Amino acid sequence: MKSIDPTIVKKKTLIYIPKLNRRQRTIVSTVFAAMLLLAIILGGLLISNERITTNLEIRNLSPSLEHPFGTDWLGRDMFARTIKGLTLSLGVGITAAAFSVLIALALGMLAATMGKRIDALISWLIDLFLSVPHLVSLILIAFTLGGGVKGVVVGVALTHWPSLARVIRAEVMQLRSAEFVGISRQFGKASWWIATRHIFPHLIPQFFVGLVLLFPHAVLHEAAVTFLGFGLSPQQPAIGIILSESMKYLSTGMWWLAFFPGLALLIMVRSFDILGDNLHMLIDPHRGHE
Amino acid sequence: MLLEGKNIGFRYDKGPWILQDTNIAIESGEVVGIMGPSGCGKTTLGRILAGYEKPYEGSVTLNGAPLPQKGYNPVQLVFQHPEKAVNGRWHMANTLNEGWEPHDDILASLGIEKAWLKRWPNELSGGELQRFCVARALGTKTQFLIADEMTTMLDAITQAQIWHVVLDVAKKQNIGVLVVSHEKNLIKRLCHRVVDLEAMK
Repeated sequence: MKSIDPTIVKKKTLIYIPKLNRRQRTIVSTVFAAMLLLAIILGGLLISNERITTNLEIRNLSPSLEHPFGTDWLGRDMFARTIKGLTLSLGVGITAAAFSVLIALALGMLAATMGKRIDALISWLIDLFLSVPHLVSLILIAFTLGGGVKGVVVGVALTHWPSLARVIRAEVMQLRSAEFVGISRQFGKASWWIATRHIFPHLIPQFFVGLVLLFPHAVLHEAAVTFLGFGLSPQQPAIGIILSESMKYLSTGMWWLAFFPGLALLIMVRSFDILGDNLHMLIDPHRGHE
Repeated sequence: MLLEGKNIGFRYDKGPWILQDTNIAIESGEVVGIMGPSGCGKTTLGRILAGYEKPYEGSVTLNGAPLPQKGYNPVQLVFQHPEKAVNGRWHMANTLNEGWEPHDDILASLGIEKAWLKRWPNELSGGELQRFCVARALGTKTQFLIADEMTTMLDAITQAQIWHVVLDVAKKQNIGVLVVSHEKNLIKRLCHRVVDLEAMK
């Protein structure tokens, strides 16, 4: 029998928070993120545009039960605008992240299978993109493409793939030298056959983790580039637009204009970030010890 | 059929020589053993003969011609660690039938149960996995089998069972077998002749 040291066990805390292991925390964060996602999508679909039309009778109201996030200088309900903005950010974020992950997958596999020259070229490209801050290259690309949804999606997709491409390249390299791949080659299987049947199934977890991890980045960078004025156009109810417009009114004491949309963005991004991190460590336990 | 390794030399980059001037020849239907202490290049020789590594010097020929680069390799290698030799994301049935479709009697004689075919590799033990590796290497197009410590991690009864089947099939299909092992008694029991790798150096 092990006797438990009573001084360690009896630690008094005000609120009892059960200690969950990573699996349980992942489930909690998955449920939370899924509920958030569902609420935002449903909210975006159900809230009619009437709620965000200008109504000068109710402008500049502070948060109340009727307008939980308050109203802005044109009398638009900030709650509805925030939800609409999040829906748009979500759509842009998912599309951009999905494209980015696909680019990473394709380039990672090409680098690891197409020989030394291509590998050197892709590795150089990865280093190039990693050495420039995301936001700088994102602004450049979005600006060149003339902004708008297209500019932001292409910009985010083209700037976020390198880190995942590097992981996938390393993974494929390792798989390529696996014994079962060698045996498959001795059975006369073609490279393409081996790549699709043997190697690709091992990349599927990386693919989904990459998607979940890239998504919050994409949303955040979309908001950032829009905030700076190079992204979505001011007519679109994006979070970045809301934040940049609110800046002008902050000094007049209307704190709710920026606070709630910013907080909503933070919560959404952070919950997906936590979910992604947990998934990552569950799938690849070695990385969890870093 | 004759599998021949002539003047084989091998080293990694500029490292020390692992093999030098090694000659080995195996005829069809012959069972040859390779002995030698750890690190003397037994496995490397096996990998070279099966075409997994290119020799630094010398050549491997099959009936005087180099090993085929494409298609089914008539020289098949069975590895020491079956866990690494099967794809963890494949059902055993797919792994078994990757090179050819083994008959039921081979499966039965190796003791592979039908229920195992639906399992994942991590649901089987090392010994059970190794039977699959042996079965898939004994295809009709296989002319030489290189068994690199094939039964080292198995218990004596399973070892005997697997070797019985291998020798049986080898006799039927006129396969030449190269047995790489530490186990002197096993090699003495199985092989028609023994090559001492250390003595050749």
